[in-house]
Amino acid sequence: MSPASSTTPTASAAPHSASHSAAERLGHLDLLEAEAIHILRETVASYERPVMLYSVGKDSTVMLHLARKAFHPGRVPFPVLHVDTGWKFKEMYTYRDGYVRDELGIQLLVHRNEEGFRQGVGPISHGSRVHTDVMKTVALRQALDLHRFDAAFGGARRDEEKSRAKERIFSVRDPQHRWDPRMQRPELWNTYNTRIKTTPPTAPERGESVRVFPLSNWTELDVWLYVRREALPVVPLYFAKERPVVERHGTLILVDDDRLPLNPGERPQMKKVRFRTLGCYPLTGAVESEAETLDEVILELIASRFSERQGRIIDHDGAGSMEDKKREGYF
Amino acid sequence: MTRAALATQQLETWLAAHGRKDLLRFLTCGNVDDGKSTLIGRLLLETESVPKDVLAAVERDSKAQGTQGEKTDLAFLTDGLKAEREQGITIDVAYRTFATDRRRFLLADTPGHEQYTRNMATGASTAELAIILIDARHGVTPQTRRHSFITSLLGIRQAIVAVNKMDLAGWDRSRFDEVRKAFLDVAAHLPARDYHVVPISALLGDNVVKQSPEAPWYTGPTILELLETLPVDASGAARGPFRFPVQLALRPSHDFRGFAGTIASGRIRRGETVVVLPSGRTAQVERIVDLNPNGVPDRDEAFAPMAVTITLDREVDCSRGDTLVRNDESSSTGPESRPETRPTLSDRFEATLVWMDETPLLPGKEFRLKHGTCETTAFVTRIISRIDVTTFQSAPAEAFKLNDIGRVELRTARPLVFDPYRSVRATGSFILMDRISNATSAAGLIEQSDIGRWLDPARGQLAEQRSSVTSAEREARYGQKPVTVLLTGLSGAGKSAVARALERSLFDLGRNAIVIDGEAMRAGLSRDLGFSAADRSENLRRAMEFAKVLNGSGLIAIAAFVAPQAETRARCKALIGHDRFVLVHLAAPLDHCRTVDPSRIYRQASEGIVRDIPGIDVPYDVPTDADLTLPSHELNADTCADRIMGLLRNKELVI
Repeated sequence: MSPASSTTPTASAAPHSASHSAAERLGHLDLLEAEAIHILRETVASYERPVMLYSVGKDSTVMLHLARKAFHPGRVPFPVLHVDTGWKFKEMYTYRDGYVRDELGIQLLVHRNEEGFRQGVGPISHGSRVHTDVMKTVALRQALDLHRFDAAFGGARRDEEKSRAKERIFSVRDPQHRWDPRMQRPELWNTYNTRIKTTPPTAPERGESVRVFPLSNWTELDVWLYVRREALPVVPLYFAKERPVVERHGTLILVDDDRLPLNPGERPQMKKVRFRTLGCYPLTGAVESEAETLDEVILELIASRFSERQGRIIDHDGAGSMEDKKREGYF
Repeated sequence: MTRAALATQQLETWLAAHGRKDLLRFLTCGNVDDGKSTLIGRLLLETESVPKDVLAAVERDSKAQGTQGEKTDLAFLTDGLKAEREQGITIDVAYRTFATDRRRFLLADTPGHEQYTRNMATGASTAELAIILIDARHGVTPQTRRHSFITSLLGIRQAIVAVNKMDLAGWDRSRFDEVRKAFLDVAAHLPARDYHVVPISALLGDNVVKQSPEAPWYTGPTILELLETLPVDASGAARGPFRFPVQLALRPSHDFRGFAGTIASGRIRRGETVVVLPSGRTAQVERIVDLNPNGVPDRDEAFAPMAVTITLDREVDCSRGDTLVRNDESSSTGPESRPETRPTLSDRFEATLVWMDETPLLPGKEFRLKHGTCETTAFVTRIISRIDVTTFQSAPAEAFKLNDIGRVELRTARPLVFDPYRSVRATGSFILMDRISNATSAAGLIEQSDIGRWLDPARGQLAEQRSSVTSAEREARYGQKPVTVLLTGLSGAGKSAVARALERSLFDLGRNAIVIDGEAMRAGLSRDLGFSAADRSENLRRAMEFAKVLNGSGLIAIAAFVAPQAETRARCKALIGHDRFVLVHLAAPLDHCRTVDPSRIYRQASEGIVRDIPGIDVPYDVPTDADLTLPSHELNADTCADRIMGLLRNKELVI
């Protein structure tokens, strides 16, 4: 066991055996799992160079686990790509390298926008908009172009945000990676149109590509229940612990390293907090919580009526902001 | 008890009640102004499925735009994209999820605008239930008829009819009854299904989640009660015949070769015999591999719609696009198993198309067709008719435009393994993709196979030409009853030799018989046909038509054909007439036929020169209804002919 997973609270219940009974019908998690595996396999059968975008969060973890199942007993037949902004939580890096790379032995690609890095682009100096654009959106495009990936799995769910509700499972992007909501293909049954205009690997210009969303029909609760059922380790930041935070505009920001400049008179306070979603630490708000274990997190979620994206500052830049980002090629 | 242990206990309790909910997929259809988005918003709001921050954002947006005055416009909860918010219409399919204590729901919100028929078909393709909205003030409109037709066509068997805006109709019971009756009159023209008509006000919430105090005369269930209690047919697919379209062959190491895929229909157990189609090879299911990477034992059984990996007990040629089905013979051993219908294997079939492309459909244009995991080239050979979805009337058509629905005949480069859509949704559906733009041009629902030509296109309306000579007169003159003897068997079973010997015996007896064999047909009458399953079927049909003419003239017809499909042989019998049809099976086994190989067909098959050889790569259905079965590898042709003569005498067909 790697250090990352041994420090991670995992499910206490015996997870999988229940689905082995000769039940006549499948529960909704089984149905969602089967649908996702179908999508993963269909992608591998249809594209030359698939990749899984891996954000280190719980959705990525579930998606990666589904990929391991889809091709079992074989290995996952594609690499996973982490677009590293340089501003992720420290514990995310520990988990990524300890669990995904070392314990699972998955081929892990890490890409950083070197030019942005040289220019010192960051969320604090440049603000969330520029940082997200340069270090995430542009970096993702760079990585996809560099490796000429023609299909990229993403862990987005339709319940996360309004514009995602209309997203297809196989979503075509033009050579500049742009999404056109008016040019979406109808998706009928589970018969996916996987055709795109490609260019030969040696051609200077890129062809179209697809984003594939195997978790489209999952909710946040489904993801957590599946993490529990399959006993998957997740980044410990999801669980409440005393952590040093500062409060800004009503959002609790973790002081994860000394790159976070403190305002005059501002002092980090120890608060028992956890994260519902993980991103760049200065852009991701913590919530105060007592939920130290997976089961407590799930109970908290069941009791709450808040959506998880509220912790992410980038979505509040204006109505339809996620849609604008997607049109520009943000995942 | 520790805090964590308490939480686990609480969660276990919650999971016991909620952990295995059904999943109901449904869609809503209605006109732009029927209040569909409002209804969905109301359902989301009242099932507490709207997060507080989202609701706050919607309240802010609706105040800013003022569409409902000072009130919150619930439609904003679902109208996701900027463009549609500005236009005030939903332009595309949006998927929402919500849950109650009893069920998880996955809702496809589809627009009601006339030009977006394709979106409704898309939403309906995965739905099990539809909510059809009607504005109480306007009643049944052409759009209502369209929504009813499309949801029915796509196979949705449950429909909730929400008569909305009853508040604006003064909660007038007679108005509701009027709308209800008008709707049911329309529905009577469509295949039967369950309808539940409910008077509601989506804006105010009456009868959506809570019973309305405004309409004491309505004592039926609310919309949400119906959604929570109507039967979900999630396991329906598991009760169908076993169909497993192979997605991928997994070969991670030399000692493992598995076939990965999603069970489209039915169930399979370890040890059962399956047939790989189209090759027709059989093998036993060795393992149903559990997909959990942490070394969980295999499964004994799997069923639709599980995603599984199956291994077989022997090396058979099988790859993406092939379909595994259960072998009937092997399934009859189990106590609860019953013979299953074989799918059709054909490169020609009829289908209903929902045309989804701006570019119109013209016959002859080539498309890429995707059916399950099989992709091939296809073209529409003929447009049979277009259906007016508001009158349900069919009329001839030259082309299909965007959102047209109609019946066509298709041909594919590679034969498909399919069922009619009404029997098995997953294997009866396909999409057509434009070869240049890659757009999804059409959704297709398979109606039937290549049997079209066997059916009487004039539906018995042609006047029969009566002969001046009666059949009794002919029988008296020839000393025989005119029959058609169909000799069926594998290539090399001795059909032609037996046919000639039988002809000789009859002639020597002073009787009149004519041999029709496959080769002779192909030299002339069937010169235009190839060797696909559909063309073989057509070759046989023509031979049977010829035999029927011979029989009509008092002559005996001896037809020597492989005739591998039981279904086709049954059609031969129906065409000739039950009392004039004798089926003889020359049962030489494949190994014998392969050795004889008179037409060198097996050698060519092994060299890959020819394909679709019955017994080799397409199945030969062993007859269970033969009048006579002869071991033609043990008997010579004359002995076989003698046995057939004996049969004809016993049946008093020749004297």
